[in-house]
Amino acid sequence: MKLLKDTWLMFQRYLFVFLRNPAWVAIGVLQPVLYLVLFAPLLKSLTQAPGFPSGGAYNVFVPGLLIQLGLFGASGVGFGLIAELRAGVIERFRVTPVSRFALLLGRALRDILTLVAQSLILLLLAIPFGLQPTVFGVFVMLGLVALIGLGMSSLAYAAALALKSEDSYAPLIFTLSLPLLLLSGVLLPLQLAPDWLQHVAQANPLSYAVTAARDVFNGHGADPDVFKGLAIMAALAVVGVLVGARRFSRAIS
Amino acid sequence: MIETHDLRRSFASRKGTVEAVAGVDLDVKRGEIFGFLGPNGAGKTTTLRMLSTLLPLTSGDATVAGFDLRRDPAKVRYQIGYVSQEGSSAPEIPGRSELAIQGRLYGMTKTRAAERAAELIAALELADCADRPTRTYSGGQKRRLDIGIGLMHLPQLLFLDEPTTGLDPQSRARMWDEVRGLRDTGTTVFLTTHYLEEADALCDRIAIIDHGKIVALGTPDELKRQVAGDVVVVGTDNAGARSLELLSAQAFVRDATLVDGVVRLYVDRGETAMPQILRTLDSAGIALESLSLNRPSLDDVFLRQTGRSLRDAA
Repeated sequence: MKLLKDTWLMFQRYLFVFLRNPAWVAIGVLQPVLYLVLFAPLLKSLTQAPGFPSGGAYNVFVPGLLIQLGLFGASGVGFGLIAELRAGVIERFRVTPVSRFALLLGRALRDILTLVAQSLILLLLAIPFGLQPTVFGVFVMLGLVALIGLGMSSLAYAAALALKSEDSYAPLIFTLSLPLLLLSGVLLPLQLAPDWLQHVAQANPLSYAVTAARDVFNGHGADPDVFKGLAIMAALAVVGVLVGARRFSRAIS
Repeated sequence: MIETHDLRRSFASRKGTVEAVAGVDLDVKRGEIFGFLGPNGAGKTTTLRMLSTLLPLTSGDATVAGFDLRRDPAKVRYQIGYVSQEGSSAPEIPGRSELAIQGRLYGMTKTRAAERAAELIAALELADCADRPTRTYSGGQKRRLDIGIGLMHLPQLLFLDEPTTGLDPQSRARMWDEVRGLRDTGTTVFLTTHYLEEADALCDRIAIIDHGKIVALGTPDELKRQVAGDVVVVGTDNAGARSLELLSAQAFVRDATLVDGVVRLYVDRGETAMPQILRTLDSAGIALESLSLNRPSLDDVFLRQTGRSLRDAA
């Protein structure tokens, strides 16, 4: 009960901060829109290539793009936390009886809300290009994005609390997010990859999310891969929250 | 209000383990302003962070506001307020909202938190800026808001870490008044400072800390009395070491130190000591540059205990 109340208070606080500058929603959408406009057309001529999933270029590409949005959106959230750490706000909260989980979840929920809003905008923008979404597909897709948001932003917060400085946080997330992106099959389906690359990609949890997202957008909603993707993202979220909350309750010296 | 026994905290560093707090025993009474005076790096903030539940103790025991710090940190948190050196408000949020959320985190209802915030805004004279984002605040306003945030839940005990560092003299005097006002309402205040004047003027009792250990403890007057008599400060032209040698051999000198080429002599009666000092130096052919007679200050207390001047150490 206290956890819920504290989480709600924290969520309100960070939502307020966010709404003072709603331009960030648009800025976050900008990058995936550029991919949509400047990269996705290249895929049209590849749809006939052996191994390319059926469903058309946009139904294959846009689900992956949303996973990428989740990954990049969530990995950047630590910057705001480092600024707060410097302003003494985190220390101030840690002296209060507030739940340590709430310190994390309040923020992470705000991040999820942002990502879901951005995803909806991107889905709408993709329709004129040729995306054909289903209601079920959109729901599963948003669920995947929300779980990625929770897991990755929690991990990003944990990293920010451990590193305490933008100078070490920025290189860390750029170094980690690129291989995560390349090994997830977002840009080009992994079905086109040589065997060794496919094996390496299996170690990347996000590749299961991309597979699940594609399946559900291309009429394979009942496929076990969809459930598997959701389950793996849920596990990622649980691990992320535990690691993040532990960091919030530990000393920041 | 605070009782500690052999409080210790060590940090691992590249050169091995560093003991930032090396066995601190404290007994802070209800309703007093207790000052923790020492140079930067002496262990003041580390002690404060342990007592306010932010940092686990390496060893030792402490009772804060009636609860065991190790066993019941959650209960301690309800009783204490903490104002850090770094500040505590987010630049984009108005002061009033910061106060309100602070109250709600301690379980106040929305209405009660708004009432209490309004009370503090009036008391701390923040009405002009309360609804503006804190990034627009002056240094003094920001510090007053920090105090307000720390006081929102009416804590029995308030920790202030270097409350006036970086403030102009006017804001500093203002802050002292606020702190004295707290004592009048029965709140116990535990503050750290590296300003001698602050410890002297504001605190009921002082602990002087150096290298993680308490080197002196008492009221400012008691501490100054420990350095009995008067202090004569002797300045020479590059003959500090020789003067020290000559003068400390004199029977009337109880103690002597040399800091930055200036000799400080602790004597029972300054008026009679000064002619003797003049004679001693004159017969040794040492040219005197300056000579002054002072009442002992807290700096002399620090100097006697550590061999360094607090002004230099800080």
